[in-house]
This record gives sequence, C-alpha cells and structure tokens, in this order.
Amino acid sequence: MSDKPRKFKGGVHPNDSKALSASKPVQTAPLLEKYTVIIHQNIGAPPELVVKKGDLVKKGQLLAKATGFVSVPLHAPTSGTVTALEKCHGPTGLSVPAIEITADGKDEWGSPFEPITDWQNAEPAVLKQRVADAGIVGMGGAGFPSHVKLSPTKPVDTLILNGAECEPYLTADHRLMVEQTEDVLRGAAIFARILGLKTAIIGVEENKPDAIAKLKELAGKYNVTVQSLHVNYPQGAEKQLIYALTGREVPIGGLPMDVGCVVQNVASAAAVAEAVINGHPSIERITTVTGEPVVNPGNWRFRLGTPISKAIELAGGVKYQPAKLLLGGPMMGTAQNSLDVTVMKNTSGILLIPVEQVSQYTSEPCIRCGRCVEACPMDILPATISQAVENERFDWAEQLNVMACIECGSCSYICPSHRPLNQQFKRAKAEILAAKRNQQKK
Amino acid sequence: MSEETTVVQLPDATKLVVSNSPHIRGGETISKIMVQVLIALLPAAIAAVWFFGLAALEVMALCTVGCMAVEVLWKKATKQPTDSWKDGSAALTGLLLAMNLSAGAPWWICILGSLLAIGLGKQLFGGLGYNPFNPALVARVALLVGFPSLMTSWVVPNPGKWLACDALTGATPLAALKNHYPLASISDLFYGNVGGCLGETSALALLIGGAFLLARGLIKWQIPASFIGTVALISGLAHHFNPELTPPALYHVLAGGLMIGAFFMATDMVTSPMTANGALIFGFGCGVITSVIRIWGGYPEGVSFSILFMNALTPLIDRYTIGKPFGYIRIKKETAQ
Amino acid sequence: MTLIITAVLFTAGLGALLALVIGATAKAFAVEADARVETVTEMLPGVNCGGCGFAGCADFAKAIVEGRTIPSQCPVSNPENIKRIAEYLGITAGEKEKVFAVVRCAGSCAVTVRSPYNGIGDCRSAALVAGGAKGCDFGCIGFATCARACPFDAIEMRDGLAVVHPDLCTGCGKCVETCPKNLIILAPAAVDVHVYCNSPEKGALKLKVCKTACIACRKCVKAADSENQMTINGFLVATNYSNPPISDLVEKAKCPTKALRLATKHAAGAYEGVLK
Repeated sequence: MSDKPRKFKGGVHPNDSKALSASKPVQTAPLLEKYTVIIHQNIGAPPELVVKKGDLVKKGQLLAKATGFVSVPLHAPTSGTVTALEKCHGPTGLSVPAIEITADGKDEWGSPFEPITDWQNAEPAVLKQRVADAGIVGMGGAGFPSHVKLSPTKPVDTLILNGAECEPYLTADHRLMVEQTEDVLRGAAIFARILGLKTAIIGVEENKPDAIAKLKELAGKYNVTVQSLHVNYPQGAEKQLIYALTGREVPIGGLPMDVGCVVQNVASAAAVAEAVINGHPSIERITTVTGEPVVNPGNWRFRLGTPISKAIELAGGVKYQPAKLLLGGPMMGTAQNSLDVTVMKNTSGILLIPVEQVSQYTSEPCIRCGRCVEACPMDILPATISQAVENERFDWAEQLNVMACIECGSCSYICPSHRPLNQQFKRAKAEILAAKRNQQKK
Repeated sequence: MSEETTVVQLPDATKLVVSNSPHIRGGETISKIMVQVLIALLPAAIAAVWFFGLAALEVMALCTVGCMAVEVLWKKATKQPTDSWKDGSAALTGLLLAMNLSAGAPWWICILGSLLAIGLGKQLFGGLGYNPFNPALVARVALLVGFPSLMTSWVVPNPGKWLACDALTGATPLAALKNHYPLASISDLFYGNVGGCLGETSALALLIGGAFLLARGLIKWQIPASFIGTVALISGLAHHFNPELTPPALYHVLAGGLMIGAFFMATDMVTSPMTANGALIFGFGCGVITSVIRIWGGYPEGVSFSILFMNALTPLIDRYTIGKPFGYIRIKKETAQ
Repeated sequence: MTLIITAVLFTAGLGALLALVIGATAKAFAVEADARVETVTEMLPGVNCGGCGFAGCADFAKAIVEGRTIPSQCPVSNPENIKRIAEYLGITAGEKEKVFAVVRCAGSCAVTVRSPYNGIGDCRSAALVAGGAKGCDFGCIGFATCARACPFDAIEMRDGLAVVHPDLCTGCGKCVETCPKNLIILAPAAVDVHVYCNSPEKGALKLKVCKTACIACRKCVKAADSENQMTINGFLVATNYSNPPISDLVEKAKCPTKALRLATKHAAGAYEGVLK
C-alpha cells in the first residue's frame, strides 16, 4: 500500500474547526453525585434490567444483561445505590428508560473480569466473549455491538480501524490516538486475532499528523498498517472508508463483510484493549465538549450517565447563548432541547454552536445547480429525490435509490437554496420502511 | 464583573433550536452564484461598450433594470413576496438578454424583451427554478420572430469611439456567410471587431468570463466542451469535404453566438441537465443542431434555437442519464451469479 | 379571390370529413355506460374525500349502482340526500353511525413546553427530529398536516394545536392516517365528552411538560353515572364510547387539568386561558 493519502468519490469540505480542542489533552472528569444511565445504548435489542431500586452496586457491576445476539450488557459507571428507575430525556428527544445511580464516592470496583494479560495467545472465542461481555459498541456514533461485527458469516480478509474522525469540531478520537496509541493498536491486534487475521489497517485523516506519526511509530509492533486519508467529509463513513482503503464497493443494503471487510472504531478498539487486558467493562468514554460559545473547549473522559449540563460546566460553561446543542458532530449529530441528556457509549461530542453557524432552512426553490449530485458520496441524485419526496412520491424516491442514502448531510450542506434535503430523505426512508412493514403484515 | 465570570453560565435549554442534521452550511447562496455569473459577464460587457459605444451601455442598463422591474411587478400582481429580485437572477437574465440584442436596439425592444424574458420565460412557469427554457433566449427568439428586420440589423463596431452613434448597419459574420459577402478575419472575430449582438462579438472577452465560471465551479465543463467541440467537428468535416459549402471550423467556433451560448446560455443551471453525462449529451445536441442550422438551414445562426430545443429535452436527458449509485454494480454481479 | 374561396372551401370540406369520421367512430366504439352512475355521482357531494373507502365519488357511485355498497357509507352526505339516492335506485339506504374526528390532545403552545424548530413544516417530517420538538412525546406537534389533509376545512390550527370543529367534520377519516402521533380517532358524533390527552406517562412527568394533561386522578370516573363510562388504562383515562357519559359529566367531574372537555366547547375555544 502506498503512502499517498486515499480518498473516495464526492464529499464536501466543511471548515473542520478542530483547532478549538485538538491540542487539549484528555482530562478525567471528577466523580459526580449522580449518574443517569440510559439503558438502551446500542443498536439492536435493549438490554434487560438485573437491578432494582435500592440495590447497592459496585463500579463495573452488571446493570442490565444482553437480550439476544444483537444486544449488549450495561455496567455501573461507579459504586453507589440505584435510586430510581425512571424515564429521562433521551438523545432523540423522546423519553427513554434510565437507571439513576447515586454515587457513594468510593468508586470501588466490583468483581471485574479476569484480565487476559496473555491475549496474544488467548483463544479467539474467549476474546470475542470478552468483547460481548464488556458491552462494547461502535463508539464512533452508531452504537452497533462490536461482537456482532466480529462474527462475520462471510469470509473476511481485511480489518479496518476507523480513525478518520471526519466530523468537524470533534477531536475525541484524535486525542485518543495520540494519548493511548498503544491501547488502540492492542485493540486492533485483538480484533485481528478474533477474526483470524494477521494484520489490520488504520485509516486516519491527514489533518491529524501527530496521531499518524505516533501510530506509525508503534504500529510495526502490532502488525498494523497506518494509512493517511484525504480530509474530505464523510471519510469516516464505513462504506466510503472501505472504498478509500481497499477500492471495494459495499453493495447497497449490504454490510462491510460482503466485501470481506470489518470496520471498527478506534475508540472501540481502545475499549476492547481495556476490557481484555485490564478486565474493565465499557463504562467511560472520551468526549469532546466544544463549540465557539464554550468558554474552555476540550476533551474529557466521562463516565456513562454524566448529564450534559455537568459536562458543559466542566468546560467552563458558555460565553453566550448558543443556538443549538448537539450530540455528535455538526454534520450528523442530533440537536437537543434539554441539558438533562446524559453521555452514552456513542456520544463522541457535545457541541454548542452559535447562531451564525446555524443553518436556516429558508428553502428556496431548487435551481438545479447539481452541487448535491457532485457532493453525494453514494452517487444518487439528491435534487431529483427531493422533488419526489416533495410530491409524496415515495415509490419514485425508492426507484431513485433513496435507500442507499447514508444521511451524511453533504447535499444539505452544499445546497445554495438551503433545501432540507437530508430531512426529506429521512422521511422517505421512514415511509418506505413503514410501507414494507405493512406489506409484510398482510 | 469579576463575579459574573466566576459563575458558570449554562445555555438556556428552552431557547435551543432543534432541527435535522447537518447543522452547518457551506455558505453558498443563490445570490452569490448569480453575482459571480454577473462578474463573469463583465469582460464581455466592457468589450461591448468598447466596440459599440454608450449605446451598448444603454441597452444593457435598460434590459437589466427592466427585468428586475418586471420581476417585482409580477410578484406584486400575484401577491407574492417581492424581494426575489435581490437574488440577482432577474438582473442576470436582463444582462444576458442585452447580450443578445444589437447596440442599436430601440428602448421599447429592451422593455418588451424584459417582459417576455421574465414574464413569459420565467414567472409564467412559477419563477426561479421552474422555467423549462432559458428566459433570455425565450425573449430573444420571440423578438427575432416578431421583429425580424429590427433584430437582424447590426451596428458596425467602432472601437474606442464611445459617443459615436452612427446608424450604419452591417451584416454579422454568419449572415455574410449566408449571403456570400466577404468574410471577416479570424483576428477580428477573436477580438470582437465585427457586427452582431453585444455579447456575441468578442470571443476573447467571453473566454475570459467562461474561464472564470469554470474556475469557480459555476458551470459544468462538459457543456461548453461538447457544444463547441461538436460544432468544430461537424463544420470541420463539412469544410473538409466541401470547402465551398462552409468556412473552416475555427471561423464557426469564433463567429456568432457560439461562445456566449456555450459558456453562458447553455450552462444555465435551471435549464440544463444535472448529471455529468447528461451535460455531455446536452452539449452534443446543441452542437449538432447549431451546425445543421448554420450550414444547411435558412437562418444564419442557430445557437439560440439549438439551446431552446435542448432545454425542452433536459428532463428527458436527466431521467435517462441517472448513474448507478455507489455499490450498485456489485449487487448486479451477485444476482447474476 | 379564387384563392380565398378555394381555401375556405377546402377547410370547410376537411372539417366536414373529419366530423363524419369522428361521429362514425363515436357511434361504432361507444361504451355502454349505466346512466344511473352519472346521476348518482351528481347527487353525491363531489369532494372525493375517500371516506367511503372508494377512490372518489364516481367510483363510489358505481359501487352503489352495482350493489357493492350502500348509500349511507358516504360520511359526508346528510340523511335526506342518502335517502334520495336510495329512492332513486330503489334500494335501502342502510344505516351508518355518524362519526367525527377527535384530536386527543389539548396541549396548545400556551400550556406546553416546546422548543424552537427549524425544518420542514410537516408533522410527519418534524416527528423524525427530536420527536417534533415538543416536551410531551405523545402530543400534537402542530405542523398542520391533518388540517391540510382535511377536505372540509374542519381542522383549525389554534396556537399550535389541531382543533376539530364537530359541526364541519364529516368523519371521512382522511386526517387519521396523517398524524404521526396517532392522536386522531373517529368517535361517535353523538358523544361530546372526550379526554384530550394521549400520553401514557406518569402524571407527574406529564405535568412537567403540559398543564392540561390527564393525570388519572379519577375524578371523572367517580363522577360518572355508571361505573364503566370512563375507562382507565395505566395513567390515562378515556371515554368509553360504547357506554358514553352524558355531557354534564364535564361540569360534575371538575377535571383539575381540564383534560376532560366537551368537543363542541373545545372547538369554540371555551377552555382557552382557563389554566394559568
């Protein structure tokens, strides 16, 4: 593989605004009095509660157990008492069930997993079971259970670690790769061992030269190749990353394993290393708190269940009222209307953006400039699909392959008429799936 | 003051806006695009004033203001918000219309043209983004059919003499061709020292503007490339096999409205295909029709007709040039196995 | 002169010839249509609301004539009109209970928590973004999709809340499908007492985001004439439409959050500003 940075077709180049927090070392957030842990933190089935109100729990103790294969367990972020099993404000804006834990301040580990120090020679099945037991999910944003990806039903020849972090503002993965390089690479090696592969590729965008240098320095020891990538959004999208690194196209509606690849996030890799070598389940993560209104942007290691209001307080609060509060990056993150939402396994960023940055959907008519067509990384026609959705012609939208849309938002970002393209596609996808479900019922 | 800074201020949750992602925008707007195209037309406008004097400036001013006025009046009459003239699209249509008129065009032709362009060509279909035909060309063709003699009498260029307003009329290079008059020299064609519309004389000025448009990514290179390429190819072949029939390709490329047509009219975003392959087909079609009209047809010039005709085909081209999405080929291969 | 005459004669001749051809074709290929279908179509309201379950009034008329349905399936026509159609065709009109739509939410902007929303002004699109930006996950989000779907202008948007006017509503049910929160039900038109809340959450949680939520205090259940006139399901009370209470229940129950309302008074705006 050559040293030349790799790229994919299409995409946009937003101002990355990472300078706000890129040089800030990760700080560990102080212990709070209360954590509100959202129970359903993964894609797939929600885990089932195994504690009840009033129970005493130790740090790392099982709170909810996995229900089925595509499900992950949940562990206590600290030691204390389960004081409530109530609904709380979830990241989608709807109320979700959560566990409130009042900390006892001792922060005592319960009986964590047995550390597997000799992981280089451990059975792959044992390692995979550890990944599942530790409740590790895709920490880049989607929250897909990691062990499911490690159980491909098709032959796999490439393991890819996703360190692209193409979302503007976010620097959590960047800092992780700089500060915990060894952990990331160990995680990669564990993934490779589970999959029966000798090597792994780690793709990092060029705007993180310190991370690339650090990784390259140590990569040889773990048989990992470091590949720099062009700075181009959405470079971190699974399908685009696979194309950039291997030239393979994941079929529409398909999975990376259809082209012999498995993609894991770097933060998940570090979490796996922690779970295997130290025996600690996934109860914390690095999250960037940033944005122009934030007094002191930076990166923190938060326990799961830390309310956003506390996170913003740690960052010194805000200088002025922001227009939006986002979980995740500005391109794919979800807007919040409450500060009670808590940090989850896939919360890569807490972003506050000022009113100047907020896009106003004035939605002028489409002038057919074709910029969305050029920007679309999936090579579909956003402008035409938008027309179909506006006329509620979801059948037409489906013909135009709206289901291939990865909702990266490149089209809405670039549109000079400020059309709400991404929202329209979301609607179309929801309608098409609902229609399919109805048909199956009949 | 010091107290204020020690208190950690949290955002007011009730004022947080919720919306769908993405939450940042590229900063491109319709008016920015229109203004850039207007800037790209500046060299051609300056060249027009240089060759045809202040009369050219008058035509341009009348058409631009006229189009904006019609836009506002139409919106007023149909009880819609009247601020749409600010996006610059009406001004651009006006300037493009002026580029399609002679410097000697009387004031009422300019006003009537504005009415036809904005009223008939654009607003009747629903305004910006909905017009199937290039509004400036709709007006030009309507005027050409309605007032053939007025629209085909051209002022003789008078470089640098701004105030000279001689009523001398001359033939355009292409009309000269049809009527077997002596041909203009290639260098005159290139610099623009020939009779014709304001915008169809100086190939140099238009090339500068076109290069600007391409550099700013405002037009697709496929349209001018395939349009001009096709005209050059067909006229070149025709000249090769029968030199009596038509002059060499270079003459065809530089003369008439091909340059402005290929760079400014055919590339109009609203009325040209969105896909790259569609743009190639669009340019090719324009080129074929232009060459056929020029070489074998009754009119000396066919650029406007060809673009209008291809405008009508744009939805069809767009429909049949939809590419295969990312990851599509593999599905097909797998199902074939 | 001859030229003009030739032209006129030629055109006239051509016209006559074409007229003959068209006339002959029309006769030869005429489709036998039941004239009654047309008459019945004209007797129907002609709004094509689809409330009868057919694709518009003409399709419905055809179905009546062919005996596939009964005239009273038309929710829009008044009883006299249905009787006229039945008499015209010599069939029975049949019976159909009159229904009307109820939007089971009273949370207007004044009494609920809402965030500013920026995006497509359509409930089904807005529901995908933070659930519609309303504090209550189950309430009306107020982007008027149902009001736009109503062929009779019976749904009014008032302070961010869809309000059905029972006198205008024909019960065609077109709005029911459009609500992403499934708030709209078709209730018997004879019943006037409804609970304007559809949130299954606990009372305390509901009150945090909405002043007019049903908190399941059971005052109305106790005040009702017979036991099962109001049914309780979790933290939510609803009218039992098969054994409905009479209208004075609202007076008697003294609902503390004014979630129990009369549809007619709700439409008239009698409950606005009652809650402070």
